[in-house]
Amino acid sequence: MTLLKLEGIRKSFGAIDVLHGVDLAVKAGEVVGLVGDNGAGKSTLMKTITGIYQADAGSIAFDGRGILDLDPGERRRLGIEMIYQDLSLARQQDVSSNIFLGREPTRKLFGLFPFVDKAAMDRQAAQMIERLNAHLPSINRAVGSFSGGQQQTVAIARALTFNPKLVIMDEPTAALAVREVQSVLDLIRRLKSEGIAVILISHRLNDVLSVTDRIVVLRHGRAEADLVTGKTNMSEVVSRIVGGGDMAAAASHEARG
Amino acid sequence: MSSDLATPGVWTRAQRASVERLHIRLESFLVLVALSALMAVLSPYFLSFSNLLNILLATSTIGILAIAATFVIGSGGLDLSLGSVMGLSGVVGAFVAVNLGAPSALGVIACILAGGIAGYINGQLVTRAFVPAFIVTLGMLGLARGLALVISGGRVIYGLPEFMLYLGQGRPFGIPMPVIIFVATAVVAHCVLAYTRFGRHTLALGDSEGAARAAGIRVERQRRILYTLSGALAGLAGLLFSARINSGDPTAGLNYELTAITAAVIGGTNLFGGRGSILGTMIGALIMGVLQNGLNLLAVQSYYQQMAIGAVLILAVFIDQYQVRKESRV
Ligand SMILES: Nc1ncnc2c1ncn2[C@@H]1O[C@H](COP(=O)(O)OP(=O)(O)O)[C@@H](O)[C@H]1O
Ligand SMILES: [Mg+2]
Repeated sequence: MTLLKLEGIRKSFGAIDVLHGVDLAVKAGEVVGLVGDNGAGKSTLMKTITGIYQADAGSIAFDGRGILDLDPGERRRLGIEMIYQDLSLARQQDVSSNIFLGREPTRKLFGLFPFVDKAAMDRQAAQMIERLNAHLPSINRAVGSFSGGQQQTVAIARALTFNPKLVIMDEPTAALAVREVQSVLDLIRRLKSEGIAVILISHRLNDVLSVTDRIVVLRHGRAEADLVTGKTNMSEVVSRIVGGGDMAAAASHEARG
Repeated sequence: MSSDLATPGVWTRAQRASVERLHIRLESFLVLVALSALMAVLSPYFLSFSNLLNILLATSTIGILAIAATFVIGSGGLDLSLGSVMGLSGVVGAFVAVNLGAPSALGVIACILAGGIAGYINGQLVTRAFVPAFIVTLGMLGLARGLALVISGGRVIYGLPEFMLYLGQGRPFGIPMPVIIFVATAVVAHCVLAYTRFGRHTLALGDSEGAARAAGIRVERQRRILYTLSGALAGLAGLLFSARINSGDPTAGLNYELTAITAAVIGGTNLFGGRGSILGTMIGALIMGVLQNGLNLLAVQSYYQQMAIGAVLILAVFIDQYQVRKESRV
């Protein structure tokens, strides 16, 4: 069953044409890798899905309904979560404030005034961090004082707390140590087994090849290739990223990692 | 990383507990205590009950403006028009009640509405016209002051009706009405900022607009509400001030934004957004109130007081930024 369907997505920033009609489909529980050179438009495409950017043309359907007229909050409520490349954390706020930002549970004081239930937030945040097998110095500290990996944990916890159907991860492992990278890959497999779809953007093609079902290559603002992971290999993916049969460029790209 | 492992010292822990539990910066509180002790030594009159009420009364106007400043600055914005909008509101209220002879209640509403409309215009311009808040509210500072002078013909409008007067001069249980309204406003504002979704979204927005937007918060709408709220609070301050002096004075509130923003920053509001609490701001406002009261008692000229306020603002921001730099050097 198709969960997400993008058709003919176009987006330009002023004179810069970034996306020239991108098609992309993701099934429920499917893990799709999205790869492409720097500046290919991967992040831009994902932000049109979450509503941070408005697409200039095209259509996006989620669970069978068009979502282009929904704002980011409404799209989150449908079950679309994204871990942004730039993290998008509120650095001066603590862990649970970040995880529950925009979704704070409330409790009626004197049966009248809806006060944010911070105790419940802290409790659930701690549980979520524990489920991720992660450790944070303190749940009550501003996240800006955390290391890159710890901040990533908070961003991941936020994406998973509200039972998403689709989790988009934009370079989730870029700032992580080796052990942390493995736990993100394990997490992706776990999400898949729970029926949650994942779009993974990463330059680490080995990781992409090891966890995805399909790999979509974005090049010059178009979905250049749509490969079944089991039927492709590193050099094919690389040559599609850099374009055509330029194997020398492909080899140098591969060498860069 | 080392700070995670090392056990923080007593001072650091006390600072954190104070901020986390009470939303008050320990330093500001100690400054207030020290300043009060100094004044008590310098002037025997300082600690008398009637002088303490005087301080609260004098702080009520600035305090309400400082509440507005805390919300707007906490959201990463800035409202430089607070003092002018306060002046405009007082004049509009007096004009409606005196020149038009409308009932007191309408005068009261007119004050707050005038402020709210000025704030709403600020919010629209900031969020729709993409003019920086600094410029929009600086423009409004001039516009509102000019309009106040136009409406009043440059003269003070005397003789407010009885109910409006009561709001400024009444003393139920011996406590001045402006003090009662100020404290009530502060309590409500504190709860809103610290404990409601609206308040949390305000600070998150000031912390990272991108994070707030990604989380689904309607950033522009939130900003428009905040500027409107700021204007309405300036209107309330204008009402209380006019009622206290029994007139609509087009020059009322001149430079008050300076003191209000200073009070908010001393109280721990991050000038660049993301952090702030009303309790902290109240400590800041009291510091400004005690400072002015003390300088008055010591018969220091008001010119020097103005200089002192400006210096304190720069000093407070310096100390705040110094600490931020120190903390981020992990
Ligand atoms: N907000 C923006 N304003 C203007 N140009 C942008 C903006 N966001 C992205 N771009 C441009 O769009 C292109 C694609 O960027 P991006 O989607 O971040 O690529 P990728 O994530 O694939 O590296 C780049 O040329 C970038 O400069
Ligand atoms: Mg990117």
